[in-house]
Amino acid sequence: MADSAPLWAVFVLPVLLLVVALVTAGFDAVLTAGARGGRAGSVREAAVRAADPAREVLRQLVQQPRRTRASDVALARIGAALLPVAAMLAAVVLPLGFRSVSDLPEGIVWFNAMEALAWAAVWLAGWGPNSTLSLIGGYRFLAQGLAYELPHMLAITTAALGAESLRVGQVVDAQDGLWFALWMPAAFGIYLLSAMAMAFWGPFDQPAGRDVAGGAAAELSGADRVLFLGGRWLLLVVAAAFSVPLFLGGGYGPWLPGWLWTVLKTGAVLAFLVWVRRRVPTVRMERYVELGWVVLTPLAIVQALVVAVVVLNR
Amino acid sequence: MTLELFLLSAAALFCVGLFGALTQQSIVMLMMGLELMLGGVILAAAAAWHYIAPATADGQVLIVLAVTAMALEMAIGFAVVTALFRAREVDMTDMAAELKE
Amino acid sequence: MDVAVFWVLAVLAVVSGAMVFRFDSMARATFSLLTSLLCVGGLVVLLGLDYLGIVIVLMMTIEMAIMAVFMVMYMMNPAGLMPMTMMHNKRGAAVVCGLVFLLLAAGILFAPWPARRGKSSADPTMELGMSLMGPQMLTMMTLGMALFATIVATVVLATRRGRYDRLGDDLRARRADDPVRGGVGR
Repeated sequence: MADSAPLWAVFVLPVLLLVVALVTAGFDAVLTAGARGGRAGSVREAAVRAADPAREVLRQLVQQPRRTRASDVALARIGAALLPVAAMLAAVVLPLGFRSVSDLPEGIVWFNAMEALAWAAVWLAGWGPNSTLSLIGGYRFLAQGLAYELPHMLAITTAALGAESLRVGQVVDAQDGLWFALWMPAAFGIYLLSAMAMAFWGPFDQPAGRDVAGGAAAELSGADRVLFLGGRWLLLVVAAAFSVPLFLGGGYGPWLPGWLWTVLKTGAVLAFLVWVRRRVPTVRMERYVELGWVVLTPLAIVQALVVAVVVLNR
Repeated sequence: MTLELFLLSAAALFCVGLFGALTQQSIVMLMMGLELMLGGVILAAAAAWHYIAPATADGQVLIVLAVTAMALEMAIGFAVVTALFRAREVDMTDMAAELKE
Repeated sequence: MDVAVFWVLAVLAVVSGAMVFRFDSMARATFSLLTSLLCVGGLVVLLGLDYLGIVIVLMMTIEMAIMAVFMVMYMMNPAGLMPMTMMHNKRGAAVVCGLVFLLLAAGILFAPWPARRGKSSADPTMELGMSLMGPQMLTMMTLGMALFATIVATVVLATRRGRYDRLGDDLRARRADDPVRGGVGR
């Protein structure tokens, strides 16, 4: 049973998420620079490269923002700001070790609902600037959402089914012995796919793809851009971190304290996702829709059925 | 907070939705009115569950029903608009009414 | 605290509901409707139905995001850059709605509401699940069938291409002739 954290955790959580997101972005920047210009010669050079995302944030904040004609500024602002807010709200149910800010009785549904706010956020950010390319990006995310959401929901339901509870704390407790990733491999794999898809990242980066000049983010600048792209990193971190209590046994592990296990496992999942982006080419969403509905959804249902039978006979 | 207050706000939502459904010419906007009306129904059902019969789950089942009705209404509505538009380039209620002439 | 939350959510729900029909921009109208329905979800949570409230938030967000696509697709003036009105029978509708509201309000205020009977169980979500999988099983199955029928009906209504377009007149084509290739290699 997860304890409730004290009130100050509300203020620690965003800071912690931001730090993890910056570290991940820095790691990714080092890898990108390494692939482009050869390996970093010294530790100092690598550190300079790792600070790239932070420098980019500062540059965006001080430079003059651009405006497009007849743009719907209010909607674009709401969209850009909603993305990090949705990620933070989803993170409320994430346990660090065995403590989360609020272990809601319906934590899994809560996470799903908050992560669905990204649908509205990306479309709004794409619609707002009155620009074709960004609108295409917004539409692409909706199409991608239709592809990933169904198997995704079934996958996280499977984890809840295995624990017989929607409370994240009890899902963690149910994995004291055996991790869910081991006896629900299909659900775990689908979850990892949809974690990348919901942060439109890696092979699913078409909504913000290079072929449409940055897609939904094409016309965003200044603080809006920082919020939107930062929110995307936050979403990736939160989605990766949520796989730990759902499938990887949360804070359970030998010798080390629970919080350290959570951090280590989250780091491993994030590193895997960063690695996948470099290995797998972009998937067009009309292809992924068919894959998602014809292969992944039945697979997820069969997985849920197997888990249900096991739980009933336990 | 009382039952009456919740029901009054549900009634207000319902009537705003009714106004939209009656006045809008575009079929899509008409459906937004219907969604608002169903939103009022959901609120009323939740209030009735909480203040009158919290011991049984009937109020909750009614909410599940209303939410499903919303999804069905929207899906069928958009399919009909798509079919109408494809056949006759029509997307307004008045124009659809003229089709029978 | 609860009272303040109630007033904020209720007023926001009704006001943004009314703004749906005032905004010129379709995107704004759709997301104003979303705000209204999210407030309804919040009120449902306030009434102690956490699960249903969160489900309403989840469903409505996705539903409105998709609705926005259709709004933009089928409205003449989706961005509202040239304000125009698309209403008919405004006065009659206003009268009807006013009367309906007065009738409802009178009913709400003067009806002898029964006192609260029983207490809610500690876990209303569990109760709902037990009810849907027990005494209300028929409701649940009807809903399931209705949803399935809707999926079939919407596809039939909305698509222009049937199986003869895809697989040829004798349905013997080995590979379906689709304008967009799917991802499973068919």
